[in-house]
Amino acid sequence: MSEATTPEAPTPVLDPFAEALRGLPGVVAVAMERDERILLATRDNLVGLMAILRRDPRFAFEQCMDVCGVDWPQRTERFDVVYNLLSVTRNDRLRVIVGTDEIAAVPSVTSVWPGTAWWEREVFDLFGITFAGLADHRRIMTDYGFEGHPLRKDFPLTGYVELRYDEEQKRVVYEKVALTQEFRSFDFLSPWEAMTTLPGDEKAYRPAEPDPQPKPGAKP
Amino acid sequence: MSGGLHEAAPGRELHRLNLERHTVNVGPQHPATHGVLRLIMELDGETVTRADPHIGLLHRGTEKLIEYKSYIQAVPYFDRLDYVSPMCCEHAFALATEKLLGITVPDRGQWIRVLFSEITRILNHLLTVVHLALDIGAQSPSLWGYEEREKLLTFHEAVSGARFHANYFRPGGVSKDLPAGLAEQIWAWSETFPKFLDDLQNLLNNNRIFRQRLVDIGIISAEDALGMGFSGPNLRAAGIAWDLRRAQPYDKYSEVEFDIPVGQHGDCFDRYLVRIREMGESLKIIRQALQKMPQGPVKVQDHKIAPPKRAEMKRSMEALIHHFKLYTEGYHVPAGTTYTTVEAPKGEFGVYLIADGTNHPYRCKIRATGFSHLQALELMSKGHLLADAIAVLGSLDIVFGEVDR
Repeated sequence: MSEATTPEAPTPVLDPFAEALRGLPGVVAVAMERDERILLATRDNLVGLMAILRRDPRFAFEQCMDVCGVDWPQRTERFDVVYNLLSVTRNDRLRVIVGTDEIAAVPSVTSVWPGTAWWEREVFDLFGITFAGLADHRRIMTDYGFEGHPLRKDFPLTGYVELRYDEEQKRVVYEKVALTQEFRSFDFLSPWEAMTTLPGDEKAYRPAEPDPQPKPGAKP
Repeated sequence: MSGGLHEAAPGRELHRLNLERHTVNVGPQHPATHGVLRLIMELDGETVTRADPHIGLLHRGTEKLIEYKSYIQAVPYFDRLDYVSPMCCEHAFALATEKLLGITVPDRGQWIRVLFSEITRILNHLLTVVHLALDIGAQSPSLWGYEEREKLLTFHEAVSGARFHANYFRPGGVSKDLPAGLAEQIWAWSETFPKFLDDLQNLLNNNRIFRQRLVDIGIISAEDALGMGFSGPNLRAAGIAWDLRRAQPYDKYSEVEFDIPVGQHGDCFDRYLVRIREMGESLKIIRQALQKMPQGPVKVQDHKIAPPKRAEMKRSMEALIHHFKLYTEGYHVPAGTTYTTVEAPKGEFGVYLIADGTNHPYRCKIRATGFSHLQALELMSKGHLLADAIAVLGSLDIVFGEVDR
């Protein structure tokens, strides 16, 4: 899967609304992908930025519909935290993306939208991203006493433990996963159709310029 | 009463236990929890002081599994999320994939999707409304509702072969055209449904017990509902006229006429009424879809995305190759990201899909509607009686296949 390309940086746009967004504190970039607006922000000023996005009538994003994590292991700041905002008064959506790593905590936006508490718990559970100011850091999706963060790319699909009912101990016991055959991952990137560059041709098809888009969450 | 039970022995102090405060574990195997919800409740007498839902007992790792499956293989997982409205969940994933692929579904395919989205909505609301009645002690509505649902599930079965896990909406259209005569059957059913809806309302709307148990219970203000991420009927019951079918129409929803029922008080009874009214509106859409549906293909004609017909495969080598490649490798979706939503019966069901150019999604986040609603359970049931908390839960329309993913 080495040929899998990461999604390309969306094209920057210049319109009054994007300009207004760009003037806000902590905004790194504003872009448009198809018809969806994306805002890359820094961690430090996230709560202030989100409070403006919710309260300011120019933006009025009253709802945060979804908070989710994305894992990009090859990046230095490997995680993205993605907030999908919705304005019911202006009928508009905005996607706010913040970068982080295993250690740095992302400020919790529960003070702005109380409904994000469970979504942040879920991101913590599945990715191990911590949220500064989140009152309740219990796991939410996985079992009581689960170890690891299953949606990280380095967590195997089969997991590490499986459980069964033990007749002798009269209770459910955990055991290490025993696979009768190794997990098979088929590589469909055949050199005839899907791959854009053949092995050994990398230099011929090297993109002209490196990605000018700043990384989300990068310190200015 | 000297020397009685309530007096301490000489020289010792009497310890009084506060028996009025206790913690109750509701579920995870209790019919009123609508699945596998474990609810830790702190009660003062019979009044709820804290409600802490423990979810995740049905967590199957759908999002992780989808990362290892091709786009076609991912569709059936969506049936198993909200198993009361399977086709609407598929719809969100199909729309997201189509957006990234940059394809448009033919008109007939879009109309069939609208038709079956609305049939699914009625299926879902029928179950919710009658289960709410069942939760607070009325049995007959549930029997009536299930009988009516059976007729609709027959339509599901006719198009897809399955009553629940349909796998019918695919990226690029729907898997098969309507079988001959089904449109007439649905039309005939739509003639009878208003009568059923009236009967159901006669049974419940002015029922003394039903009203006593629902009116002014579990009130949520519009402000709170927005902050908690409410959507769908629960948000509309709080007084906000917001419907994605109207505000951000997809497929053919921009070409149908319907009204958006809105509540006033945000209590359990309003949530019930909004659902009842929505069934009537869905019926309008179903009839319009049947009238406006043109003839033509039901899926994109590009065999790199939609499989060729079975008969073609028997004669054409090319069709056979297409079929083989589609069902082993699948199609490659160009790199890109989208957050695509549909107005599922329960509210905004969203798919945040990241494609990396390969034949399987890089990340597929599922925005479950019930997740936000369940989170507000404590807010809505605090200060009410334990039995009212069950009514609130029933009125929120929670399905754990979707909440736990």
